Amino acid sequence: MHIKEEFAERHVLTLTVDNEAGTLARIAGMFTSRGYNIDSLTVADISEDHATSRITIVTKGPPPVIDQIIAQCERLVPVHKVTDLTEAGPHVERELALVKVSGTGDQRVEAMRLADIYRARVIDATVNSFIFEITGGPDKIDTFVTLMREVGLVEVGRTGIVGLMRGQGPS
Amino acid sequence: MPEKSGAEILIDGLIEQGVDTVFGYPGGAVLPIYDALFQQKKIKHVLVRHEAGAAHAAEGYARSTGKPGVVLVTSGPGATNAVTGIADAFLDSIPLIVITGQVSTLLIGTDAFQEADTVGITRHCSKHNYLVKDPADLAATVREAFAIATKGRPGPVVIDIPKNVQVATAPTDIKSNAAQRFHPAGEAEYALINKAVELLANAKAPILYTGGGIINSGPDASAALRELAELSGAPVTSTLMGLGAYPASGEAWLGMLGMHGTYEANMAMNQCDVMLCLGARFDDRITGRLDAFSPDSIKVHVDIDRSSINKTVRVELPIVADVGTAIRQMIDVWKGRKVRPQPLTEWWAKIKGWRAVECLNYPASKDEIMPQFAIERLYAATKDKSPIITTEVGQHQMWAAQHFHFEGPNKWLTSGGLGTMGYGMPAAIGAQMGNPDALVIDIAGEASIQMNIQEMGTATQYRLPIKVFILNNEWMGMVRQWQELTYESRYSESYSDSLPDFVALAEAYGWKGIRCDDPEKLDDAIAEMLAYDGPVMFDCRVSKKANCFPMIPSGAAHTEMILHSDEVSGTMDDEAKALV
Repeated sequence: MHIKEEFAERHVLTLTVDNEAGTLARIAGMFTSRGYNIDSLTVADISEDHATSRITIVTKGPPPVIDQIIAQCERLVPVHKVTDLTEAGPHVERELALVKVSGTGDQRVEAMRLADIYRARVIDATVNSFIFEITGGPDKIDTFVTLMREVGLVEVGRTGIVGLMRGQGPS
Repeated sequence: MPEKSGAEILIDGLIEQGVDTVFGYPGGAVLPIYDALFQQKKIKHVLVRHEAGAAHAAEGYARSTGKPGVVLVTSGPGATNAVTGIADAFLDSIPLIVITGQVSTLLIGTDAFQEADTVGITRHCSKHNYLVKDPADLAATVREAFAIATKGRPGPVVIDIPKNVQVATAPTDIKSNAAQRFHPAGEAEYALINKAVELLANAKAPILYTGGGIINSGPDASAALRELAELSGAPVTSTLMGLGAYPASGEAWLGMLGMHGTYEANMAMNQCDVMLCLGARFDDRITGRLDAFSPDSIKVHVDIDRSSINKTVRVELPIVADVGTAIRQMIDVWKGRKVRPQPLTEWWAKIKGWRAVECLNYPASKDEIMPQFAIERLYAATKDKSPIITTEVGQHQMWAAQHFHFEGPNKWLTSGGLGTMGYGMPAAIGAQMGNPDALVIDIAGEASIQMNIQEMGTATQYRLPIKVFILNNEWMGMVRQWQELTYESRYSESYSDSLPDFVALAEAYGWKGIRCDDPEKLDDAIAEMLAYDGPVMFDCRVSKKANCFPMIPSGAAHTEMILHSDEVSGTMDDEAKALV
């Protein structure tokens, strides 16, 4: 007998939660204990009185599992609202990455040229290294990082995505 | 402004919630709370012998009274010992408040003496938990904790209180803003209720599949279920947790369904055209093989917890609501519209045919006590006393579910979801505390009973006249039964060796001990047990090789029930072996 893998689709969920000790552990732990995936997770305080945080979770699963994930999130006491951006309609997703490359000569020039094309900004430079800051959808960042591997990639830091529904008016 | 210590604020909060009984065990990190308990008279403390016993006793108290059970234990091992009971209450939706001591906030994280990360450990086996870091938060926390534990789908809530927070003081007149962020479902949308009524009224082969949610919803829900069954004429079956919601003597009663359910209940589930699931959750013990589960029915699922709906079985009409309220709404619509159900003559004729199989029959014996016979005689001797029955986990539990019959809710306390051996005796202690005049019997197995046998001392101390009726077959019977079914009878570690002399043990604890191995003498021995005004341990020596049937083997469909032991094969494929 072998363990079977199921077809999974990617969903972006946003959660509005009470900003209190243990909330993140409760949510992240619930994913682990029920065998759900977390591809990325971001969290930050978003309210004036620091009482509420917004969590963006990218997860994968077959549609019934996604539905179950949302129901399980809603069941947690500090979770007030769960939105499935992927289901809800047009939305934007953005992620920020810091990418350090090291090199000299042509390699260094090429890194700079690619960064320019991808609209990455230089936020630190030495004679043999750069740190680029790049924001965009996850695909764009994946591509940029892949390219940087060819020109001396040293280190990458990524935030994981945050997402919002698009505005309702005519655009 | 008057101030009180955290410990005093906690006790005040418990009294405010109407708590009269607490099950616990003292220790270093809860001494301030125990001192505050000592100085008041409204709350009675029951000293258990092990914290697991405290949690199960509180479950028994809660399940039999409908009120939340309260547990008080110390930090570290006190809390970890209670975890099994917390997890048990989580899976069976039992309202518990578990108060755990914690090391001082200044010591948290330093691996201090008796420190354990209680909120971390209990996070995913409790409905909610708190680490209270300021006595000023305690009153509001206690109020919210009780609301969360009891409202919506009930469950255990843990409040972890560091020792310095129990000692430190805070003003007592703090305004509470608690219980504002927890909004359980209540009434169902009438559009959905109308649809459900329409489906039920037009069904040619309907079934009401009920569960523990009806018991949790309160006695009114059980009354409403009886009325709906009468109006619709539909047969009723129930999960292990829901026994008693519909009376076993009722005409529409099919018996329990699922792995050890009756033939008629499982066949009716398989062949029905409309299934109304009321406060049950399509557990794997109920459904058997999922892709063969009730293939041709339209399914309506009423549950207060949205995450229970479409978790394993997709349903056509989900209704998120309190099940008692929803049934009452259905009755209102039914009566308001003067609905006339389909004549169900054909359906009941089919059911009659399945009933004729008499699936609960077992080979009778004159030489030895058959375990089913023992339960039947116990039932016959006690049914007029409306007893509260608790069980451990295993064959005896299933035989009790099959052969003991319940007429009302809150009389049947068993560990269904977690399947915790050692549940029954402490649960009986809790039930007896909550129902001092009731006859409380733990139907046990000789293996399970040893898992919390230390609680005999608790029953002795509080003069609780509980009866422990052990079906002693010298085997972990359910394990052995599975080894026969699946592993060609290789009895790996399932023999109960070196058993204690249960009669001598009973006497050592100040109980009465009775032993019986003769079917002829069984009735007299049971009468002797019932006549004794104190705790009794009854060592009922039963047939050693009897197995529990009918049974749906793991990975099989409802239609593939094993009715008798001569149909048992010796092996299974890996897919089936992998299922629990």
